[in-house]
Formats: sequence, structure tokens, C-alpha cells
Amino acid sequence: MSPTSEPDLAAYCLMLGDDALIMSHRLQEWCTMAPELEDEVALANIALDLLGQARELLTRAGSADGSGRSEDYYAYFRGEDEFRNVWLAELRCTDFGQLIAALLVFATWRLALLQQLTGSSDEMLAALAAKAVKEVTYHRDYAARWAVRLGDGTAFSHDRMEAGLAHVWPYVPELFVAHEVEQRLAAAGTGADPAGARAEFEEILGQVGAAATLEVPKIVPEASSPGRDGVHTEAMAPLLAELQGVARTDGEATW
Amino acid sequence: MVTSGTAAARAVVAAVTDPELPMLTLADLGILRSVAEMAGQVVVTITPTYTACPAIQTMRQDITHALEQAGYPGAEVRTALAPAWSSDWITAEGRRKLAEAGIAPPGAVRGRPPGPIPLTLVPFESRVTCPLCGSPATELVSEFGATACRSLRRCTACREPFEHVKEI
Repeated sequence: MSPTSEPDLAAYCLMLGDDALIMSHRLQEWCTMAPELEDEVALANIALDLLGQARELLTRAGSADGSGRSEDYYAYFRGEDEFRNVWLAELRCTDFGQLIAALLVFATWRLALLQQLTGSSDEMLAALAAKAVKEVTYHRDYAARWAVRLGDGTAFSHDRMEAGLAHVWPYVPELFVAHEVEQRLAAAGTGADPAGARAEFEEILGQVGAAATLEVPKIVPEASSPGRDGVHTEAMAPLLAELQGVARTDGEATW
Repeated sequence: MVTSGTAAARAVVAAVTDPELPMLTLADLGILRSVAEMAGQVVVTITPTYTACPAIQTMRQDITHALEQAGYPGAEVRTALAPAWSSDWITAEGRRKLAEAGIAPPGAVRGRPPGPIPLTLVPFESRVTCPLCGSPATELVSEFGATACRSLRRCTACREPFEHVKEI
């Protein structure tokens, strides 16, 4: 095993941290919009868990790149092209069926990565992963149960869930493309190999699809992961405007 | 090195209560890892129940304040993620206090076979007894409650809703 260069580790922490931060923001947008009070609380809890993971990872990025920059710097004062999240995380979901599909895909994928990361040679990543695995297991179960309830519910709810899955599916192939940083860290035993998460992902989605009477599309492999290089969809700019607006209005504000 | 001084400091920290579950002390909750003295300064290590537990910030302040009151100014509070907190670490005393306050304590954490974590489409049948009337006939309302560590249940006998500390 070759020693991990710290810039790689910092970049990797940003990838995992930005996935969690941006997905957390999308979930927070559902506060006051969920179908029932219990789901308000559930979505807010899931968003909070992801925010906690993001805070640890962004803080670690600041120590790994030697800059000592804080989690707040990474969250509030980076430009769009400096964010390293996958496109799925920034996808706008305006229908509950879309949100459940996005959360199911995100949590299933992330849980598969986190399980690999519990064996990371980086002490912090291994510790965070061990903790996050417990949290994301709940997230995946929550989304899967809703997917089954809607998919195997009425004709109307089935169509909404099916449309939700179709809404997120174009963003699935990117999840399994290993960026060169991910490849190097996976080889060094520090990072998770996204390609290695695919078998578990397909197995779980297959189980949910069977129970939900939903057809789960095949994954058409893709060559690039634009989000990991800082290239984002048009949904990202308005998202960051809301996420960063207050902090940027008063750069010296503390909370 | 454990000295009588650190034992006394430990007792002070152990008696600090959880801001969200004030019937529990940090020792009852099982989040207190260590209390040590380094170069004349008390260093306390705690572990969050969940990565994002918002109570950590308050706990940090409560611990330093309690130590200051007891004659240990300038204490440092560190957080450690590993090993991850488990609800199994809540003490017997802690479980008794939870039940007394109307919150069902967690059962034992279910062991998991090696390999990928299985999907759970139907919630496990937890044998949670109603903390209000004692009936075992209770059902899950939501796995997510007012804080990350609690779920919502209801009793089908007395029909009262109640909270349950999740097994994690």
C-alpha cells in the first residue's frame, strides 16, 4: 500500500462531505411540505444526520489540505465549481415520489460506500463510517418502505412513484464512476470504490422494486462523473444561493 | 494516571445531565469516555450518540461550567467518534429513569451477520412495553422522533403515544 497523499484525502473528504451537505439541503427544503407530521420529522432527522456527517468531513478536508479552513468556509464560501457532489444530490424534487426515489437511491448507494469505508486505513474516515452506517441504514429503510407503500398502493400512487424513479434514474450511472481520486484512494485502502458498490445497490433496488411492483431500470454505464470535477447542473446555483446567502451577506456573522 | 483529583472531577462530570433527557446523567447515557488530568487541566472525552447530535454543544458548556464550579477551571471537552456509541451503553439506572419518565428504554441491539446490511422492509417486532400502563401491546408510529435517538410508538391498550429510545 502506498501512502495516501494528503491532497487526495482532502479532495475525497469534500466529495463525501458535499454529497451529504447538498442532499441534506434538498431534504430540508421539504420542511412544511411533507405529507404527514411524522414524515416532516423523519425527513428533518435524516437531513440532520447527513449534515452531521458533512460537518465532520468538511472539517477533515480542512486539516488534510493543510489550510486549517473550517467547515463553514467549505459550506458557505466556495463557488459552485469547487463543490464535488454528485448530480443526484443537487437534483430538485418537487413531488414526494421524486424525493423518495432520490433518497432511496442516495441512501442505498451511500450505505454501500460507508460499509466499505469502515475498513479505511484513515482512522477518522473509518470512525465516521462506522457511525454513519447505523444512521444511513435507517434512511434507506425509511425510503424503501415509502417506495413500497406508494408503488404497491393505488394506481395513482404507483404512477407517482414510478415517475419519481424515472426522474432520478438519469443520475444513477454517475454514482458508480470512480473519479481518479477515488481510484487512487481505493487502491491505497483509504477510500471506497464506487464500482464495488454497484452489486449491492442493484440487489437492494431489486428487492424494493419487487415488493413495490415497480420496474427498476437497468444501469447504463457512464464514463464520466462531472459533479466530482466541479461541473454542476443548472439546479446548483439557486441551491447554493439559498444555502450560502445569509453567511455571504454578513461574512463576520457568528452563530 | 488516575489520581484522587481526577476521580473527583470524574464524579462532577458524571453527574451532569443530558439537555434533551434531563432525567439522565451523562454517565447514565453512557457517553462519558474518559476524564483525565493533563498538565493541570481536566480533559473530558465524550462521544456523540449521533454524528449530528445538537445536544453536544450544550453538553460541552454544561461540563466545563460544572467543573469550573467544582474548582476545575479551563477544562477541555473532546469528542471521539470511535467506537461508535451504542444504546447498549445506557446503564440499568438510566433505563429505569427513562421508563419512569414515560420513555421506553431501548432493547438489546440486534446482532448482525457479516456481509452487506440487509434491507428491512417491515420493521422488526420490538418487544417494547408501554411505559405508562405496562401493556406489551404497542406499535411503531415512526422511527424518527423529536430527537435523532428516539422513535414514536403508541400503546394499543391505553392508546397513549410514547417515545422509545432506538436501538442503535
